[in-house]
Amino acid sequence: MMPNQLLEMKNITKVYPNGVVANQNVQFSLAEGEIHAIVGENGAGKSTLMKMMFGMEEPSEGEIILRGKQVLLASPQDAIDHGIGMVHQHFMLVPSFTVAENMVLGMEPKKGVSINYNEAVRMTEEMSKKYNLLVNPKAKVEDLSVGMKQKVEILKALLRGAEILILDEPTAVLTPQETEELFRELTQLKQQGHTIVFISHKLKEVKAICDRITIMRAGKSEGVFWTKDVTEQEISKLMVGRDVVLRYDKEKKPYGAPILSVTDFSLADETGKALLDKVAFKVRGGEIVGIAGVEGNGQTQLVEALTGSLAVRGGNVAIKGTDIQGYDIRKIRSLGVSYIPEDRMRQGAAKDASISDNLISTQYNTKAMNNGPFLKSKKIAKLATTLIEEFRVRCSGPNQPIGMLSGGNMQKVVVARECSTAPDLLIAEQPTRGVDIGAAQFIHQKLIELRDGGSGVLLISADLNEILELSDSLLVMYEGQIVAYLEEPWAVSEEELGLYMLGINRQDEQQIRRAVEA
Amino acid sequence: MKVKYFEVIRTTAVILIALVLAFIIISIVSEQPLESIRIFLWEPLNTKGHIGNVIEMAIPLMFTGLAVSLLFKANLFNLGAEGLFYFSGVVAATLAIHLSLNSFVHPIVAILAGSLVGAVLSAIPGILKAKWNVNELVSSLMFNNILFGIGLYILNYKLRDAQAFAAVSFKFEKTAVLTKLIPGTRIHTGLIIVLVLIVAAHYFLYKTKWGYELRMTGANREFAGYSGMKTAKVIIIVHLIAGFIAGMGGSVEVLGMYNRFQWSSLPGYGLDGALVAMLAKNNPFSVIGAALFLAYIRIGADQMARFSDVPAEMISIVQAIIILLISAEQFLKFWKNRMLLKEAQRNV
Amino acid sequence: MSSLFNVIFTTEFAFSVLRVTTPILFAALGALISNRAGIINIGLEGIMLVAALSGVVVSAYTGSSWVGLMGAVLAGTLISGILAFFTLHFKTHIILGGVAINMFASGGTVFILYLLSGDKGSSTSLPSKVLPSVDIPLLKDIPVLGPIFSGHNVLTYMSIIAVFVVYYMLKRTPLGLRIRSVGENPQAAQSVGVSVVKVQYTALLLSGFFAGLGGAYMSMGYLSLFTRDMTAGRGWIAIAAESMGRSTTVGTTLTSLLFGAADALANALQVLKIPAELIGTLPYVTTVIGLIVYAVSESRKRNRKLKRLEKKS
Repeated sequence: MMPNQLLEMKNITKVYPNGVVANQNVQFSLAEGEIHAIVGENGAGKSTLMKMMFGMEEPSEGEIILRGKQVLLASPQDAIDHGIGMVHQHFMLVPSFTVAENMVLGMEPKKGVSINYNEAVRMTEEMSKKYNLLVNPKAKVEDLSVGMKQKVEILKALLRGAEILILDEPTAVLTPQETEELFRELTQLKQQGHTIVFISHKLKEVKAICDRITIMRAGKSEGVFWTKDVTEQEISKLMVGRDVVLRYDKEKKPYGAPILSVTDFSLADETGKALLDKVAFKVRGGEIVGIAGVEGNGQTQLVEALTGSLAVRGGNVAIKGTDIQGYDIRKIRSLGVSYIPEDRMRQGAAKDASISDNLISTQYNTKAMNNGPFLKSKKIAKLATTLIEEFRVRCSGPNQPIGMLSGGNMQKVVVARECSTAPDLLIAEQPTRGVDIGAAQFIHQKLIELRDGGSGVLLISADLNEILELSDSLLVMYEGQIVAYLEEPWAVSEEELGLYMLGINRQDEQQIRRAVEA
Repeated sequence: MKVKYFEVIRTTAVILIALVLAFIIISIVSEQPLESIRIFLWEPLNTKGHIGNVIEMAIPLMFTGLAVSLLFKANLFNLGAEGLFYFSGVVAATLAIHLSLNSFVHPIVAILAGSLVGAVLSAIPGILKAKWNVNELVSSLMFNNILFGIGLYILNYKLRDAQAFAAVSFKFEKTAVLTKLIPGTRIHTGLIIVLVLIVAAHYFLYKTKWGYELRMTGANREFAGYSGMKTAKVIIIVHLIAGFIAGMGGSVEVLGMYNRFQWSSLPGYGLDGALVAMLAKNNPFSVIGAALFLAYIRIGADQMARFSDVPAEMISIVQAIIILLISAEQFLKFWKNRMLLKEAQRNV
Repeated sequence: MSSLFNVIFTTEFAFSVLRVTTPILFAALGALISNRAGIINIGLEGIMLVAALSGVVVSAYTGSSWVGLMGAVLAGTLISGILAFFTLHFKTHIILGGVAINMFASGGTVFILYLLSGDKGSSTSLPSKVLPSVDIPLLKDIPVLGPIFSGHNVLTYMSIIAVFVVYYMLKRTPLGLRIRSVGENPQAAQSVGVSVVKVQYTALLLSGFFAGLGGAYMSMGYLSLFTRDMTAGRGWIAIAAESMGRSTTVGTTLTSLLFGAADALANALQVLKIPAELIGTLPYVTTVIGLIVYAVSESRKRNRKLKRLEKKS
C-alpha cells in the first residue's frame, strides 16, 4: 500500500430512484501524489463514482474518508471546500466571458464594489505560470480551442485550492498533440504534489501516465493494479469481461439481399475534424450487424445520417436499393426502417402521453390505424393491449402515462412500437441501456425474432455482452473509421475485441473491405 | 388515494385556497362580511337573470379558453388570443355595420370573416416559430398591442358614431345581431356555437390523426419528429385553429352582447383564456367547467360590488392566486411523491 | 411634410422624448437585468402599476414625495419578490406567473384605490405629492441644450444615471458577472458554487426595483395622480425594447429612446391628424421585425455551418 492514504471510498453503493444500481459495494482509494486511472466500459459506474466524489450525488450506502476523517459531500461546493476539483467532460465555462472572468467566477477579487479585473488577470497569470498551463487571461473563452478550454478548467479547479483533481475523460475531445501536452501538464501537477484521478477508455494513455489503475465493471470494482504490473491486454480483459454469458439460439440461415448499403461515407464537423471516415458496410436480410466501439467514435453521427436527422447528400447510403439522399425521417421510415433511439426520454417516448399514444407514433398515419382523418380507436386499443401483452409491459393499462413506468418497461414499449411495424431494417441504438437483465433478455429475443423473420438489424451498442451474442457479423469503430470486420463475432475473444475498440489493433484494408464485398 | 386523481385534488385545493383568500379579503374590507360572502356565493345563482349573466360571461371565456388550451397542449406559449379576440371583434363589427344581408346569413358572414382574420393573423407568429424559432410568446405579445392599435384606429376613424356620447361605433344592422336563446337573459346563440366547437375540439384532439400529432408535438417535440411527424406544420396548424377559435369568440361576443362596438381597451378575455386553460388542464370538456367557475366568481363579485361595500376588482387578486398556484409544479408535489411511492410499493 | 419637420425639430419635442422615455427606460432596465439572469419577467406592466399607486398613496398619507418614492420602489420590489418566490420555489411557470402579476395589478390597484378614495378612475381625491423637477445650473442657460436637457423631473435624471449604474453593475461587479453567468450557462455557475436560485432572486428583485421607479415616475412625475391602467402598455414596450436591444445595456437604452421618440411623436402628430393609435404600434412592429431579422440570420448561420460540414464529406 502507498504510504499516504489521501481519500478512501468504502463499500459505496448507489441506487438511483428508478432502481438502477450504478455502484455496488465499490472500493476506491487514492494515495497522495499519484495519478490514478479509473477505467471501465460505458455504464460500468465510473461517472457515478466520480459524481459522488465531487458531491454531485450522495452514496446510498458507504462512506468517504478524506485524510482519515469521514466527510459528507453534499454539493460540489463541499467538495471544493475539501480541496477536490473536477474537470467535466462538458466544460463548465461561460463562453462570452474572458478566461480571467471564468477563473474568478464565484470568488471574485474586489476593489470597492467592482471586480478587480486586473487582480483577476494577475491571479490567472500567476496560476498559469505556477503550473505551466499557458493561457491568455484576456481572451474570450468562446474563441479558444478545446485544448485551451480544458486548461482553463484545470486552472479553475487549482485556483479554488484543488489538491485532488478529477478529470472525466479529458482526452476524448483532444487532438493527439493536445493530449501529449495535457500529459506533460498532468505530470508536472503531480510533481507539485497534486493527486489526479483520471477517467479514461484509452489504455495507451492510461499506461503512459498513471501510477495505479482501478478497473470497474458492471458497477463493481474489479481491483486496483500498479500500472507497471499489468499489460494493456490484461486490463482490457478485466474491463470487457462478461459476467453473465447470455446464450441465444439463433437459427443459421443464408442471408437475404442487402437492405442497407453504405459506401465510403464521410462526415466532418465544423472545425474539419473527421467524424466519419470512409465508412462502408452492408446489412442483409436475416442478418444482425453489430457496431461495437467506445462511445464517441462516430456511431452517433452514423445513426443520425441513416435515420434522416442529419441529411445525407453524398448519395452514399441506399436502403433496399433506394438512394436516401435528401430523405427526411418520415420518408426513410416509409421505406420500412425502424429505429430504437439511444435516449428514450429525449426521443424514444413522450413521458406524459399514454402508453397507447406512445405505441402508435410511427404508424398512426397508416391505413390500418385510421379512416382518413379519424383514428381507429378500437384498433389502436387492441394493438396496444396486444403489444403490452406480447412484450410483457408491466403497467396498469394502455392509458397509463409512459413516464410512470420503470426504465425497462418503458424501453419495452419503445421496442414494441418499432418492431410492430414489421420493419425491413431495424436500427437499434443501445437498445438495453439502463434496463434490467430480464427486460434486456426479452428485448434481445425480439431482435432475434425479427432477424429470423428476414429483416436486417443494425445494432449499435457499447454493451459487449449484447453485441457479441446477437451479432451475425461485427464492425468495430474507432475514431470515425471501421477498424475491424468480424464475421464470426461469437468466436472472437473479448480481449481481441477490446484491442480493436481501444485502438490498439487494426485490421488491414482488405479485411475491412469484406464488410461491403461479402 | 390514486395518483391519477392527484391533479383533480390539486385543482380543488387551489380553488379552495383562492376562495378562502377571497373570504379573508372580504372580511377585512367589508362592514358586514357574512352578508357580503353570502351575496358573493349565492347571488350569481339566485335568479334566472343572474344565472344568465354567468353563462353570458362564460361564453367568451370558453372561446378563448379553448383556443389557449390547444396552444398550450401543443406546448406553445402563445398569449395572442387577446389581440385576436379584439381585432376579430372589430372585423365582425365592421361587417355588421356595413353589410346588408338577411338575418340568417349576416351573422354567419360576419363571424366567419372575423374567425378567418383571426386564423390568418394567428398564423404569423406560428410560421415565425415553426420556420425560424422566433419566440412565440414575445411575438404574440407584440401582436396583441399591434392589433389593438390598428383595431382602435379603425374604431375611431372608420366606425365611430359622432352622434354617440362615448367612443362607440355606429349601430349594428339588426340583421347581424345574434338571436337570444332564453327570454329574460342575454344568452345568445354563441353558446351553441362554442359548445359545438368544444365537442369538435375534443374529437379533433383525441380522435383524429392531426389531433394526435398536435398532442405528441406538445408532449415531446423531439419524439414527434423522431416518429416522422412534421412538427413545423403541426405548429402552424395549431396556430391557425387557435386563431380561428379566438377570432370567432371575439366576433360572437360583439354580435351577441352588444349593438355597437365599444371596446376602447383590450377586453382581457385572451389572458383570461390562459387562466381557463390552466384550470381545465388544457382539456376541451373541462374548459366548460373552468369558464363557468370563473364567470361565477366574477358575477358574484359584481353582485357583491352592487349590493355591498366590496369592489368587484377583488376578484383579480383571487384570479392571480389561482394562476400562481395552479401552474406551480411544486405545489403539493410532496404529496404526489408520497402517493407515487405507495403505489410503487404496492406494485412490487 | 414640412409641418412634420416643424414638429420634430423643436426643443420641445426633444424635451418630450426624454420625458416619455423615462418610464420605458426604467422598466426596460428591469427587463434587462432579469433576462440576463435567464428569467423573463413579463410582469413589469403590473409591477409598474402597483408602484404607481403605492407612490401616490404613501405620498398622500405621509405628505412627502420622497417617502412616496420609497413606497413605490418597495412595492415594486415586493411584487417582484412574490413572483420570484412562486417561480423559484414553487416552480410556477415564469410566464404564467407574469400574467398573474399583471392580472393582479390591473384589478388590485383599482380595488385599493376605491377602498382609499371611493373612486375607481383616478386618485384626484388623494392629496398626493409630485417629485420635483430640476433646473440644472449653467446647462439651463445654454441655448438648444438647455431647453432639452434641463428642467426635467428628478426621476428622468435618475433614469439616465440608472443606465450607467446598470451598465457598470452588469459589466464590472461580482453580482453582474454572476447574473450573466447564470443566464448564459447555469451549470457552469453552479459548478463553482454560485447559487442559481439566489442570483435569479436578486435579478428579479432588482427588476422590480427599476420597474418600481418607472411606476413612481408615472404617477408622481409624468402625471400628478394615479389613474386606472395608467401604465398603458409601457411594460410591454419595455420588454420589446430589451428584446430589440438584444439584451445589452446600450442597445436597450437606445431602443428605449427610439420607442420613447415614437411615443412622443404620436403625441405630437395628433396635431397633424396622423392617428396616434397607429403610431403607438410602431415599437411593437419594430420589435417583431427585429425578432424576425435576428432569428432568420441565426438560422442562416446554422445552415451555413451544416453546409460546410457536408462539403467536407
